[in-house]
Amino acid sequence: MDEYNKDNCSFLLTEKYSIKIMTCHLSRLYKEEDGSDVDNEEGSVAENEENVKGTVKEVKRATPRTRRGHARGRARRGGEEDGDDEDEPRRPGHRRHRNRRGRGRTGGNEGSDSDVDPAKVKKNKANQKSKEDGEEEEDGKGDKSGKGKNEKKQDKKADKKGKKEKANKKKKDKKKSGSGSDSDSEEEPITEEELAKLKEEVEEKKKLIATLRNKPWKMKKKLAVLKEAQLFVEKFEGALGKGKGKKFYAYKVMMTKKWMKFQRDFENFKTACIPWEMKIKEIESHFGSSVASYFIFLRWMYGINMILFGLTFGLVMVPEALMGKPYGSLPRKTVPRAEEASAMNFATLWDFSGFAQYSVLFYGYYNNQRTIGWLKFRMPLSYFLVGVGTIGYSFMIVIRTMARNANEDGGGDDTSFNFSWKMFTSWDYLIGNPETADNKFASITTSFKEAIVEEQESRKEENIHLTRFLRVLANFLALCTLAGSGYLIFFVVRRSQKFALEGLENYGWWERNEVNMVMSLLGMFCPTLFDVISSLENYHPRIALRWQLGRIFALFLGNLYTFIIALMDEINLKLEEEKIVKYNMTIWEASLYNGTIPENSTAPPIQVDPADVPRGPCWETMVGQEFVRLTVSDTMTTYITILIGDFLRAVFVRFFNYCWCWDLEYGFPSYSEFDISGNVLGLIFNQGMIWMGSFYAPCLPAINVFRLHTSMYLQCWAVMCCNVPQERVFKASRSNNFYMAMLLFILFLSTLPAVYTIVSIPPSFDCGPFSGKTRMFEVISETLEHDFPSWFGKVFGYASNPGLILPFILLMVLSIYYLNATSKSYKEANLELKKKLQSQAEENKRRNKQKAQKSNEQEENPFETEPPQTKQKGSKQDESTPSQDNSQGQSGNEGKKMGQPQEASSSQTLQNPGSAPNGHHPMQNGGGNLPPPIAVTRPPGPRGVATPGYPLGHPHFPGVQPGMPRGPPHFR
Amino acid sequence: MGNKQTIFTDEQLDAYQDCTFFTRKEILRLHGRYHEMAPNVVPMDYTKDPDVKLPMQLIINMPELKENPFKERIVESFSEDGEGSLSFNDFVDMFSVLSEMAPRELKAIYAFKIYDFNTDNFICKADLEKTLNKLTREELTAEEITLVCEKVIEEADMDGDGKLGFADFENMISKAPDFLR
Repeated sequence: MDEYNKDNCSFLLTEKYSIKIMTCHLSRLYKEEDGSDVDNEEGSVAENEENVKGTVKEVKRATPRTRRGHARGRARRGGEEDGDDEDEPRRPGHRRHRNRRGRGRTGGNEGSDSDVDPAKVKKNKANQKSKEDGEEEEDGKGDKSGKGKNEKKQDKKADKKGKKEKANKKKKDKKKSGSGSDSDSEEEPITEEELAKLKEEVEEKKKLIATLRNKPWKMKKKLAVLKEAQLFVEKFEGALGKGKGKKFYAYKVMMTKKWMKFQRDFENFKTACIPWEMKIKEIESHFGSSVASYFIFLRWMYGINMILFGLTFGLVMVPEALMGKPYGSLPRKTVPRAEEASAMNFATLWDFSGFAQYSVLFYGYYNNQRTIGWLKFRMPLSYFLVGVGTIGYSFMIVIRTMARNANEDGGGDDTSFNFSWKMFTSWDYLIGNPETADNKFASITTSFKEAIVEEQESRKEENIHLTRFLRVLANFLALCTLAGSGYLIFFVVRRSQKFALEGLENYGWWERNEVNMVMSLLGMFCPTLFDVISSLENYHPRIALRWQLGRIFALFLGNLYTFIIALMDEINLKLEEEKIVKYNMTIWEASLYNGTIPENSTAPPIQVDPADVPRGPCWETMVGQEFVRLTVSDTMTTYITILIGDFLRAVFVRFFNYCWCWDLEYGFPSYSEFDISGNVLGLIFNQGMIWMGSFYAPCLPAINVFRLHTSMYLQCWAVMCCNVPQERVFKASRSNNFYMAMLLFILFLSTLPAVYTIVSIPPSFDCGPFSGKTRMFEVISETLEHDFPSWFGKVFGYASNPGLILPFILLMVLSIYYLNATSKSYKEANLELKKKLQSQAEENKRRNKQKAQKSNEQEENPFETEPPQTKQKGSKQDESTPSQDNSQGQSGNEGKKMGQPQEASSSQTLQNPGSAPNGHHPMQNGGGNLPPPIAVTRPPGPRGVATPGYPLGHPHFPGVQPGMPRGPPHFR
Repeated sequence: MGNKQTIFTDEQLDAYQDCTFFTRKEILRLHGRYHEMAPNVVPMDYTKDPDVKLPMQLIINMPELKENPFKERIVESFSEDGEGSLSFNDFVDMFSVLSEMAPRELKAIYAFKIYDFNTDNFICKADLEKTLNKLTREELTAEEITLVCEKVIEEADMDGDGKLGFADFENMISKAPDFLR
């Protein structure tokens, strides 16, 4: 903000000045524009300006000459009268300046309000005077059509000078420039100088008016200052000409205001658009960021699944349902005769067989027709591309999110003021709702607790050997559990294969659902076991969570892979079955036609109901069903666990506490805590299922969206109503990249089997969009052949030639290697810089402390101790300014050349002593007086606070400055 | 709407507009709010600049401030007498500073005042403890409070005097991500 304002101002100045120069004598032109409309609603800056402009215009138009003449007369008179009163040592250069001051003093008493401080008035009057001088000058020059160029140059120089001076100290400036530039013999430079000065003053007043609201003053004072400044501007602005800059400034202020408002509204709108934001915030405020991180992850997952759902639903399911052949038209779209009786039973549907199996929900329903409907929608191609796109999109989004998170992680350096920020900036002043306030209080307390845990954790010391031993032991136990559960799953899968071979009909519910049940149970109990084990390790909760996550992840991974292996076995079985069916099929067809018709392609005459046609096992649908079943049962288990484990337990604890022998709430069962690791992994695991299965069951993303949606509400409710916060609320790492990494891993793992089945297993002969092809991906080459010109196919053929692909892959690998190396080096550099910054800050702190001590010792005259640095800084600036002017002055015209060096030298002599005291007790200016003019261009610095009780020039204050990034304004 | 005009003269409105971050309408609305709190005391006609002050109790019950843990301090630091009673000028001033248009620097200055409970121009440990207790509704234990206060001083105190001056405060807060732009 600070910087911005400054830039803004300087920009304005240049703008204004260039305009001024250009239009010095074309004021008429601009007057036309001055009348343009200004938004009355916005800021009276614009309004005032218009008023002023209006009146001034009138005056100017009526009697420009007389007014100027009059002004000149007054100026002269004033100069002569007051000049004699002064008793300063007389130097030609000082004369005019003194005059001004004198006049200012007398004028101040007459004209201003009683509570306006004299310094201000002085300045005003001075401006007035110089302004008049400027006018006079202009008059004297007449139309100066011939001199135009030179004038402009001079003007510019003067302006530049003015600006630089302003960047130093205004008051001193006046003295300097007044005395430095004018000698009575050369009127031109003086008045140019003065004109610039006046412009500056007016500009400043305008800016003061515009920035008045930024001052930390009491309203009374602001009002007084405002009145005074307005008077001044009104008086001179018109005389000076256009308020172009001001108008522009006002416009700019207005626009920034509107822009900010718009941004704020847009921000609000955006937040309002984020689903469940309020819910998550509420949870975060009560349970800490770690629990919230799960819900944020859940929401992110929901977003991804929405897109996957959009893809499969929009490009596969809907086209097939609308444009594909209707149900019952083909054997693959009809329930077989044997199942017809039970096809609509709920149990069958719940098992996703019967009508559910022969619908768009599963792979088998789709026809291998190349194009469907009047749109000529290429169904098989679309199906294939959606399958590939789903996986590609998931990879892209996961990796992108990870990269972004990593960025955020690296950039943040907010450990330095962690507690202070929490203390001073955590309350949201916009809160007006008692409930929100309660939440906010809770969240602040939680965040403090989080920070305290971190802090204590960093201070903790313990017996290393014992911890090490315990950790090894814990890992050993965890490994044993993993191996055990892995074997159990393996065993169960084997058994179920045996059952499947013998026919499932002979077995009960348990045997049929054994695998799912065992996996769900393992998923339920193993995490608890790991939890117990991890309590041995005594890690920081965040680290412990990671270990926990890793272990459960391994467990789920084992489960997943046994599941996949079992599926593969089953696929192989089905493939063999298919061969038999194919053979039987020919026999059946032969029997159908009774061998009368030799060609089987002209079959139509004999109508067979599609339900009666024998068909293959269609392993793809089977795989899809398997995944859908697993997802559904997983969801059910999760919900039931929540209801029993959390809700019923909470109800029990809450209501039986009155009539129980021990305290249930704090004793054994107590309320449950939210299980982050289990839930996160459940989510990831589930997502892996979706990725694997969605190729064979296009309905899977839809089911998952539904699941995530309900689980969001259910879990939010369960957390808020049945859970208690963890004992040690800890802060989640800001990027949940750990979750993401696991997700990526799962994604990779689940892609493997899917890709394997697509690439190397032949599709079923009588179901699905790829039936009749030897491999699924042939749909691509088919499309290339039929739908693209032949040259394209040729090009594609060349491009897919290994001779071209291998170098390409090599190139990619090389570039990855290169990018990786660069990023590593950047990271290192970053780290280095951060370290440097830190040590610098520490150094500063130390130095400041020393300084503060030193100055404490010399409490009486703190000014003596500080000056060297400030003085150096100040004088350096001052020196550079005039010297620049010098060089420019030489290239300018003669008169200027004479004037400049003089001025430069005087500016040095005058300003250095001047700036030093100003630098040392900034409080003196800020206390009662107006701030030094420079402050007007900047938002208020620390000066303002000092108003009543701040010890003037307290030693600690200047001592801090060197180390401070934002020093008080007088150094800039 | 003749009576609306008589609340303020045009000059007054202009002046208020220049001194605050509000538009004409907002200032009138603010006056409405001010008037609403004590219809008997606050006149509708403000053209004469009447000297009316409302006690803190009324102000802090405004819905805008009601839930704020620092409401008393806010009102106190904006009142001219430091006691918490606000004239209309102070009232407008307060909302101007608290408005979203107010720049960070200005807010920092007043924030410092607000957190400086004992008005000694330093935020010392006692101030910090008070702040913390208000923020957490005294839910932290004494140990935790001391820990936090020590940490705050350690972090933000640049000159080692064991308390935070405005320079320390501004330095710290200017880097804070949550402090308003």
